[in-house]
Amino acid sequence: MQDNKTVAAIATPNSAGGIGIVRISGKDALKIADKVFIAASGKHLCDSEGYKAHFGTIIDSGEPVDEGIALVFRAPKSYTGEDVVEISCHGGLYVTKRTLRAVLHAGAQPAPAGEFTKRAFLNGRIDLAEAESVMALIGAQGEQAASAAFNTLEGKLSQKISQTAHSLISVCAHMSAWVDYPDEEIEEISPNELKSVFTTAKTELLKMLQSFENGRAVTQGVDAVIVGRPNVGKSKLMNLLSGYERSIVTDIPGTTRDIVEETVKIGDIILRLADTAGIRSTENEVESIGVSLAKKRLTRAQLVIAVFDAAQELTEEDKKILADCKEKLTLAVINKSDLEKCADIDYIKDNTNASVLISAKNGEGFEELEKTLATLLGTADFDPSAAALTTERQRLCCERAVDNIEEALVALESGMTLDAVNVCADCAVEALLELTGERAGEAVVNEVFAQFCVGK
Amino acid sequence: MKYEAGKIDVAVIGAGHAGIEAGLAAARLGCKTEIFTINLDWVGNMPCNPSIGGTSKGHLVREIDALGGEMGIAADLNTLQSRMLNLGKGPAVHSPRAQVDRREYCGYMKSVLEKQENLYLRQAEITDLERDGEEWVLTTRLEAVYRAKCVILATGTFLGGRVYIGDVSYESGPDGVFPATELSKSLKALGLPLRRFKTGTPSRVNRRSIDFSNLELQKGDEDVVPFSFSGKAVVQNKMDCYITYTNEETKNIILSNLHRSPLYSGKIDGVGPRYCPSIEDKIVRFAEKERHQIFIEPCGENTDEMYLQGLSSSLPEDVQLKFLRSIPGLENCEVMRTAYAIEYDCVDPLSLKRSLEFNDFDGLYGAGQFNGSSGYEEAAAQGLIAGINAARKVQGKAPLELDRASSYIGTLIDDLVTKGCSDPYRMMTSRSEYRLLLRQDNADRRLMPIGHEIGLISDEQFAKFENKLKLIDEEKERVKKTVIKASDELNALLVSRETSPIDGGIRLSELLRRPQADYKMLTPFDTTRPILPREIFEQVEIDIKYEGYIRRQQAQVDEMRRLEVKRIPKDINYSELGGLRLEAVEKLSKIRPENVGQASRISGVSPADISVLLIHLEKEGQKNDR
Repeated sequence: MQDNKTVAAIATPNSAGGIGIVRISGKDALKIADKVFIAASGKHLCDSEGYKAHFGTIIDSGEPVDEGIALVFRAPKSYTGEDVVEISCHGGLYVTKRTLRAVLHAGAQPAPAGEFTKRAFLNGRIDLAEAESVMALIGAQGEQAASAAFNTLEGKLSQKISQTAHSLISVCAHMSAWVDYPDEEIEEISPNELKSVFTTAKTELLKMLQSFENGRAVTQGVDAVIVGRPNVGKSKLMNLLSGYERSIVTDIPGTTRDIVEETVKIGDIILRLADTAGIRSTENEVESIGVSLAKKRLTRAQLVIAVFDAAQELTEEDKKILADCKEKLTLAVINKSDLEKCADIDYIKDNTNASVLISAKNGEGFEELEKTLATLLGTADFDPSAAALTTERQRLCCERAVDNIEEALVALESGMTLDAVNVCADCAVEALLELTGERAGEAVVNEVFAQFCVGK
Repeated sequence: MKYEAGKIDVAVIGAGHAGIEAGLAAARLGCKTEIFTINLDWVGNMPCNPSIGGTSKGHLVREIDALGGEMGIAADLNTLQSRMLNLGKGPAVHSPRAQVDRREYCGYMKSVLEKQENLYLRQAEITDLERDGEEWVLTTRLEAVYRAKCVILATGTFLGGRVYIGDVSYESGPDGVFPATELSKSLKALGLPLRRFKTGTPSRVNRRSIDFSNLELQKGDEDVVPFSFSGKAVVQNKMDCYITYTNEETKNIILSNLHRSPLYSGKIDGVGPRYCPSIEDKIVRFAEKERHQIFIEPCGENTDEMYLQGLSSSLPEDVQLKFLRSIPGLENCEVMRTAYAIEYDCVDPLSLKRSLEFNDFDGLYGAGQFNGSSGYEEAAAQGLIAGINAARKVQGKAPLELDRASSYIGTLIDDLVTKGCSDPYRMMTSRSEYRLLLRQDNADRRLMPIGHEIGLISDEQFAKFENKLKLIDEEKERVKKTVIKASDELNALLVSRETSPIDGGIRLSELLRRPQADYKMLTPFDTTRPILPREIFEQVEIDIKYEGYIRRQQAQVDEMRRLEVKRIPKDINYSELGGLRLEAVEKLSKIRPENVGQASRISGVSPADISVLLIHLEKEGQKNDR
């Protein structure tokens, strides 16, 4: 890992674009780049200073591949903290890939996913929160997500956390002074003041945790499942949402037997949709496996989209579905708004978190669906510029801090002595500091590296 | 002319609180030990406040006692007044403090040293220290040459000591004793990183000149808790302390004469302690404070010298007299000793290992103020560990290293050798993250088994200790089994203590768990209670009441110790480790942490550096496995 292997990878998205960049990082980066890049000036990149761009020709096995620019960064002033050369070639997967191949031939090792960011972290170029933010940025699939990730990178998270940590550190310091200098006429901090500081800190952290939940819908997507009795239009809805025919739509009930999955973007929200077999009792063995899968999926999903037929009276099966969804976050989609409405819409509304009338056939009510989803998942209020927790580790630290603050509050309220209150508050501070990587244990580092799953 | 004066196992330079514990420990562990001191009449002197203990320092004294040191017994036997500080703030921060008869304490310590087998007490100034092959060669001013396997430097404020009072300054040790003027040169020649720190002490005034009529009286506790677990001394309160306050006039006198202070005119370069500032410092830094509290403490039963805690100063004598006389009760005070600041040579403790041996010098140890700490108790704690480890070195045994979770002593040493200090280091309860575990009341439970194992706690005392553990366990069992029946009296009592009444019956342990309930109030209802020493009930009650918190802290300790067992090889070359930042390379190379946990506490070493280090160690480990 830190043996200074020089690594290279394509640093731009794996798709056609105006420009493709191959990044080489490590102690032989310049030497390797010299083998594949002939500068028009005739200078060797090895002799170049940092922050310099050179125009020239990219060659592979003696053959020119493309004209391009080589950008030289000298350690430690580069993204990874090592010597880095970025070769920009004309976009297009073929040319970029061929350039990379040339670089690998010249002696670089292919960079595993996340390697550049890992090196940047190991070389102290970025802190843990930033490193995780970069990973979220890479993984972000919507504009809000990119913005939220960017804000963490800019240190908003660190700022917000250090504010909260500071308020706790300040009362801890007061308690310490009161204890360590009993002769110095230091006033005892009142239980009310402690309570107010703890409660405020807790509220702030809970807000961050809430925004994490909301943020997850944006950055990581929400597991959603479409349920409904057969033939109310589930598959049609799925197709409408994903924009093309994915599920086989027929008029024969029970057509969908396996679970059809699709990741769709509705507004800013990423939904990992599963269209399931209609829930009904069936003798058909294959179909019944589908039904039990659907039920399992229902319990796991973060969001249930229950589809009903507006043109028919609610059946016992419909009511059963509503009852099954009771514990879940449920959006009722009442389909076939184009037909005459016979269903007891009020009953549906009373038994779900939100409902919307659409026509999967002609696309009516689709905008309304988008809006309702955003409200339901909290992303309507999700302010991408507010400090948000974007990774699981950050959430865990934050939760640990909240736990400790709660413990401090319990100690305070039950009348425990302040030494017990104080050590709980200390632990909360420690958890918060760990969040910004200020004192990270081994576990933290391992956890972060486990998260490095996307290349940059 | 030089002459060979003899070969010894362990030489201790200095007979202050560090030197005493170091010498006693080494001698008691069977090493031929010699203590050198400039003046035999000041063995174990307290040149500043005539008291032992205080917040977190009381913890240290009890830990020293549990490991087999002398300080606790010496203080108990010579106590004038004893108080448990921070009562009501929780057991973690209860700290015993005793006013001590200063001359009697010195006399007692001298006699203990004199009577100790294997120990030789010698009045002599060491002027030179050199390495000769496997031996350390010490030369005295009178040219006696001693050869020792191990040397412990416990020079306190004597090393290069210089006193400052206003414009006047002169070479001196504390209390007008000669300083050690030569030794620093040879320590520098060896390559020890010496630096200058400073400290100070207030005036002493004659008791008859104080008007006590309007002063607050401060008495000792009725129930005195001794420092020592041995039960060797019955401690009684013999004398009182008094409290007075500075005022606006004191402030004005000091402010208008500030230019005459050597600290403010830049004459002193030494770095002073933040926690124990001179009165001029306090008035400048806390300008908004109207008054500062002053304690008037007796120095002994057979002297009328009174110590003025809170008035340390290095202002000229005439200014001192003027501001003293502005203070209620001191209007006509007769000064017996003038307050002074003292500057001295000490070492950067980052050059030490956790055993207190120098990284680069085999068999050379540092202890006490020489290591950058301040305080009698901090000194004694380090002296004890240095003495134990010098003896173990002589005997070819592994050093005793106490970690942060074991004790305040371990925390103190870890802080010194890992984080270093930029001003004299004082122990504080808030420095220990595990303070609910590291209480003064359970120092014996934490450390006596170690003291016994290394050989400083006798079998007899250890048997007594084991019996105490047995009684604690039995009482805990009883309390868990005993059911207290509800009664109108009990419920009325519970309600009056603002806790909920009970219905039917409740286990005694459940009642004791409530913060509002204690053993004492439950006496009439706990009919099967055996007669036991107070400390047994105390341990049971704390164990039960704080059980949840203790468990949490124990979990943190286990987590911390996971990194603590990852040892870093001695010969590691940080500059060859790719990926470490330059600052980290410098810090790690300088401090040379012995394990990863210690490395992670070094300021300037980032989590990224630690992961680089872990990865490196992992790789090396794999190589070795192959």
